[in-house]
Amino acid sequence: MTGSFLQDFGGMYLNALLVTLRISAWGILIAFVIGFIASLIQYYKIPVVRQIFAVYIELSRNTPLLIQLFFLYYGLPKLGIVLDREVTAIIGIAFLGGSYMAEAFRSSLESIDSAQIQSALSLGMTPSQVFFHVLFPQAMAISVPPLVANVIFLIKESSVVSAIALADLMYVAKDLIGLYYNTGEALLMLVICYLIILLPVSILGSIIERRLRYAGFGI
Amino acid sequence: MEKDIQLKAEKIIKKFGDDTILNGIDLEVHKGEVVVVLGPSGCGKSTLLRCLNGLESIQGGSITVDNQVLDTKNTKALTELRQKVGMVFQSYDLFPNKTVLGNVIMAPTLVAKRSKEEAIKEAHTLLDRVGLWDKRDAYPRQLSGGQKQRVAIVRALMMHPEVMLFDEVTAALDPEMVREVLDVMLELADQGLTMVIVTHEMSFARAIADRIIFMDQGNVVEENTPDAFFTSPESERAQQFLQTFSFDKKKK
Repeated sequence: MTGSFLQDFGGMYLNALLVTLRISAWGILIAFVIGFIASLIQYYKIPVVRQIFAVYIELSRNTPLLIQLFFLYYGLPKLGIVLDREVTAIIGIAFLGGSYMAEAFRSSLESIDSAQIQSALSLGMTPSQVFFHVLFPQAMAISVPPLVANVIFLIKESSVVSAIALADLMYVAKDLIGLYYNTGEALLMLVICYLIILLPVSILGSIIERRLRYAGFGI
Repeated sequence: MEKDIQLKAEKIIKKFGDDTILNGIDLEVHKGEVVVVLGPSGCGKSTLLRCLNGLESIQGGSITVDNQVLDTKNTKALTELRQKVGMVFQSYDLFPNKTVLGNVIMAPTLVAKRSKEEAIKEAHTLLDRVGLWDKRDAYPRQLSGGQKQRVAIVRALMMHPEVMLFDEVTAALDPEMVREVLDVMLELADQGLTMVIVTHEMSFARAIADRIIFMDQGNVVEENTPDAFFTSPESERAQQFLQTFSFDKKKK
């Protein structure tokens, strides 16, 4: 039974898996960039831009991804902006993820003792050298666990994009259940596909975390 | 004598909001001189050191290092000036993500653009002198407080500063570790390094100082030779301060 299910629909799941991977990868990558920039703006308290990003962070964290996607997919065309489904999904994930990444980066940066900055300055380092050689490496090490947690969260959250009829894993599973009532197999396959993506991320995350800790970041 | 002045502070005023921390401090440090700044907690001595290094901006007066006026608004000039003024802090503040060697060669290679080989060679000499070359591959968390502080001193010395500022460098250490750090500083004084030291170690202050500056509430109350200061301080405030370090026998 399961064998024939795999034979019949394996290809669909594989395609869907690639869609989920593609939108997650791009969305998360962009989220990292947004988060990194936003955290710097917050950390260095750059006027005006800081307030704009504060509004962005609150808006993005406190609204559901589903609503954000609906706005992008159904709302924007009314303003004359029509986006491809996949692009919409990527923008949605990036918009949501950016604020999560920003908060993870910022809290790590702020956890570095200001005495570290001062001793680096007293050695004659410029502010940018202090950032790249003292602050950033230490903040990175601290922020690995929350960043990995965010990556996992965003990949799982990507299942919401089925709501705008993008053929990701969730969409295919729901589709098959609706067509053939093979609920058990369809959902089991869905779980397996998510595990195939997420377990390596999770394991890789703990390896990186351990590496950095062994490298001497213990407090 | 005038041309030997390494560091000069004239009427410096430092305020945090409405609180005046430094109220017109004058200080001259000559080449090779060791000046020890004493005073009760909160008298502004740490703030004074931080101003001398441009870590704090000042609201009045001027600071001159090697005939160059310190301007905290000019980042480029400030980083250049800081290379002439080394500073060691109470909390060591080694970079936890770097080994001992990584810590001490970082600024020379990054800031002074010296070659790595040359920096390591000098690090070898200096770390040997403080007995820590064997620990070069250790991370700060693997060191004792005294060892960390000696590494921090080497890290500052690697930049060949003309003046070194020490801000209560032994305040966080166990008594036995205090000794190993102070010995390093005594050796530096012997070699003629110009130093400004803030400390609460009175016998050490007496041993190392060429001159004692006594501060209270943001003012210099007394300036004296160490022997005169510890045996017959001129100001009443200094007498009072020194009394807190002696105890009368209570048991009969």
